[in-house]
Amino acid sequence: MAKIKTSKLSAGQRTVFLCHGTGCVSNEAFAIRKAFEKSIERLQLTDIKVDFTGCHGFCEQGPIVFVQPEGIFYAHVSLDDVEEIVYSHFRDNKPLERLMYKDPSSSEIVPYFKDINFYKKQRHIVLRNCGRINPERIEDYIATDGYQALQKVLFSMTPHQVIDEVKISGLRGRGGAGFPTATKWQFCHDAPSDKKYLICNADEGDPGAFMDRSMMEGDPHSVIEGMAIAAYATGATEGYIYIRAEYPLAVNRTKFAIKEAEERGFLGKNILGSDFSLKIHIKEGAGAFVCGEETALIASIEGRRGMPSSRPPFPTQSGLWGKPTNINNVKTLATVPLIILHGGKSYSQTGTEKNRGTSIFALTGKINCMGLVEVPMGTKLADIIFDIGGGIPNGKKLKAVQTGGPSGGCLPANMINLPVEYEAFANAGSIMGSGGMVVMDEDTCMVDVARFFISFTQSESCGKCVPCRLGTKQMLNILENICQGRGNITDIDLLQNLAQSIKVSSLCGLGQTAPNPVLTTLSYFRDEYEEHINDRRCRAAVCTGLVTYSIIAEKCPGCGLCIRECPVQAVTSSGKKKPVILDQSKCTKCGACFNICRLGAIAVK
Amino acid sequence: MNYLRLNINSREIKVKPGTTVLQAAQASGTYIPTLCADPDLKPHGGCRLCIVEVKGMRNMPTACTTIVSEDMVVNTETEAVHKERRSVIDLIIADHPMDCLTCIKNQRCELQDVAAYLGITERNLPRTIKQKPIDDSNPFFTFNHNYCILCQRCTRTCDEITGVNAIEIINRGYNSKVSTFGDKPLMESICKSCGECVARCPVAALVAKNSIMPTSKIETTCPYCGVGCMMELGIRNGKIVSVEGSRSSQANNGRLCVKGRYGIADFVQHPERLVQPLLRKSNTLIETSWEEALNIVAQKLSAYSGDQIAVIASAKCTNEDNYIVQKFARSVLGTNNIDHCARL
Ligand SMILES: Cc1cc2nc3c(=O)[nH]c(=O)nc-3n(C[C@H](O)[C@H](O)[C@H](O)COP(=O)(O)O)c2cc1C
Ligand code: SF4
Ligand code: SF4
Repeated sequence: MAKIKTSKLSAGQRTVFLCHGTGCVSNEAFAIRKAFEKSIERLQLTDIKVDFTGCHGFCEQGPIVFVQPEGIFYAHVSLDDVEEIVYSHFRDNKPLERLMYKDPSSSEIVPYFKDINFYKKQRHIVLRNCGRINPERIEDYIATDGYQALQKVLFSMTPHQVIDEVKISGLRGRGGAGFPTATKWQFCHDAPSDKKYLICNADEGDPGAFMDRSMMEGDPHSVIEGMAIAAYATGATEGYIYIRAEYPLAVNRTKFAIKEAEERGFLGKNILGSDFSLKIHIKEGAGAFVCGEETALIASIEGRRGMPSSRPPFPTQSGLWGKPTNINNVKTLATVPLIILHGGKSYSQTGTEKNRGTSIFALTGKINCMGLVEVPMGTKLADIIFDIGGGIPNGKKLKAVQTGGPSGGCLPANMINLPVEYEAFANAGSIMGSGGMVVMDEDTCMVDVARFFISFTQSESCGKCVPCRLGTKQMLNILENICQGRGNITDIDLLQNLAQSIKVSSLCGLGQTAPNPVLTTLSYFRDEYEEHINDRRCRAAVCTGLVTYSIIAEKCPGCGLCIRECPVQAVTSSGKKKPVILDQSKCTKCGACFNICRLGAIAVK
Repeated sequence: MNYLRLNINSREIKVKPGTTVLQAAQASGTYIPTLCADPDLKPHGGCRLCIVEVKGMRNMPTACTTIVSEDMVVNTETEAVHKERRSVIDLIIADHPMDCLTCIKNQRCELQDVAAYLGITERNLPRTIKQKPIDDSNPFFTFNHNYCILCQRCTRTCDEITGVNAIEIINRGYNSKVSTFGDKPLMESICKSCGECVARCPVAALVAKNSIMPTSKIETTCPYCGVGCMMELGIRNGKIVSVEGSRSSQANNGRLCVKGRYGIADFVQHPERLVQPLLRKSNTLIETSWEEALNIVAQKLSAYSGDQIAVIASAKCTNEDNYIVQKFARSVLGTNNIDHCARL
């Protein structure tokens, strides 16, 4: 048995870590790293290293600079700030307060990473290495016990024992449906065939979700090691990572990681000298939401149009090129090495009875701290929104939380004590999905939200089956009518009937879940629909067709800013220093006047 | 051979393993509405009309994609099933031109059949249909996207049967449509104009140009080449008005190529077509009897023998005719110089 040459992370050495996730990179993080290197070299601060990591999950604070070992966290660093940090922090040993993280709720400066509320209440198990190791250096991964689990299964466990361990852990698939991973592996293991495949689903089509991208960018080796273990357990000898081409950074890091792993003998023929072999390919997807669905994904790899087909046969019976194929999500696979290394029992200590481990959400919307959030299963929504997310900005009230992306639903504020669990979400009409979480405040119109999600699923429907292709079109038309003030009270029943039919008779999960945003808003926010239809009113003043703009005469000094801004000359002057006049018959309700007025003299209803 | 037993609508039937529920139902005379199923194509499961209830199965599976298992209990006619089927047809009708009376497929339209079976007599949902373009580039058939119900019988035919893959669905959602690579007109694509797709379109989206309803049919063999495809000619007023491949023919299983499907009427009914032998008398061709013509040929051929003679046969003759020609050349004329023009 070959021994893995271990190395140590450069603990102790002072290092400036630049976040090199997509968010920070798009804000010049590469150039900032270069500037750090130059500046440090010029000052001959030879004991200071410059390095980079993957995503920290707190992208809105980017570009992020993290200094170790002291653990100081700088936010929003720009190229112009580099000199100042180097002089102050490294030459004069005075960490630079100006760029430290400020808590949005308390406005207090929080110098240390470990004290940031956003991170403090999280539990990083799957994201364990993201933001901590250099994803382009396999030694870093090895130094955190990387590939030990693979070695363990290859030389001391049978495929059965591996599956058993995963079963003990209680791991459920993180791709959305929460199917028990061990059961799926067992099906694939038991399917008789001369050839089997393994697919890592990194398609991540939910709008706004970026946890899988961050995993592939920040810790690709965890996923690769998970794949090797899954392949060993199921009997697969060839694997694919299906990743969208819009993720160039993730694609490149993954390619590089595969190459590194092959060179070290963790992939390829006779892995670590055993008789187990695995070849991993990357397949870049063209970015269709439906290609996240297993059978469509397989069609896409085979070179066909990404369209789902009926199951059974399930991919574990007849998948890629007709061979038994096990498909798992990125996060599911990244969890596997931990389960093997520390035992299923240890993993199962986190979470709740039927929902073990942690879950990762992409927290966004009307919330103070946006980003990737990993919490133990069973955590209450309220804890995520208020403790980690820092609550709702501008003193507004929470109205709803949307989970599960376009397949999920909107949960009202009074359900905020719901635990993060597959069943709890499903019973409430939503789903966990692959982890989008959009927080909505009073300024959000729930009918408009439903319209938005249906317009997404409608335009992403693959077109194969009638209920999804034409049914979502009907629903979208009705919702557009309601939002434009042309709704009819019978529309509500029509929406409900269409939703029910689409759910029951669509071919794949896309269609079967597409009505969820409409159904949940109908059941929790029905009064808003009725208001739109009966009173022609949108209380959040979002639906342009239902909004009226008017001038508050007492506040308007007649400055005329809005006169210039209005594209249809609906606002006119009534004389110097007199309030302007708004002609409702001309107004197209574009809101230009409202947006430009700095005195709050335009009312919107 | 072992058989599987299943129960459809309280009737026991036996089928071979591997049979789908749809095939089992059809074999036992139970009608299940479908729009995307085709006996020549792999199960698709797109139109969702053939959903049935199967005891022990959570959702309503499609009969076309469900393989029969031992002791399966299937119900094809429950209210729940009908409700979903009706809503599928409601959705299609709302997206379909409602001009049946003047539609070329009137009374031959599968959508009409299914709507009638489900008792749908009016439009129940708001119209979603938008005016879509018509591809008139092909000389033999028209592609009117307004009628298309996206059953994909055409695209699957082009893939599974002809192997040409000229057409596939493009775009997504409501904008999905059948088109060619780069969304070009059919004539600018790799389409071979074989019309196999046209033969399978259940509605008036893909229809042969100038086709009218025949009053009678004649089965015959295609005269174009030696394969011997059988075809059914639709006749009206003594003229060929439509052509279909014969499904019972083992040579072509109902298939035809562009020449057989679209080149028959013009050629059979061409005014210059030879129907009698012609004899050149003082430099003009004059119709003559077969007897006279054959006598002259025999007389002239007798002047030569062996390798002085070469024979060219025609690919437009049947295999049997060509067999006779080469036999005649070898054993009567005594030459092996025989070739044909089947390099069409
Ligand atoms: C429309 C649709 C989109 C999906 N998108 C994804 C996706 O982006 N990523 C993913 O892992 N699973 C996605 N899934 C779920 C997958 O089909 C599949 O169940 C999952 O990858 C299995 O992995 P797991 O067992 O690890 O959960 C999607 C499913 C549907 C129906
Ligand atoms: S449900 Fe929608 S996405 Fe799924 S097969 Fe049907 S049309 Fe395609
Ligand atoms: S053209 Fe005809 S066969 Fe092709 S998808 Fe449309 S309706 Fe079906």
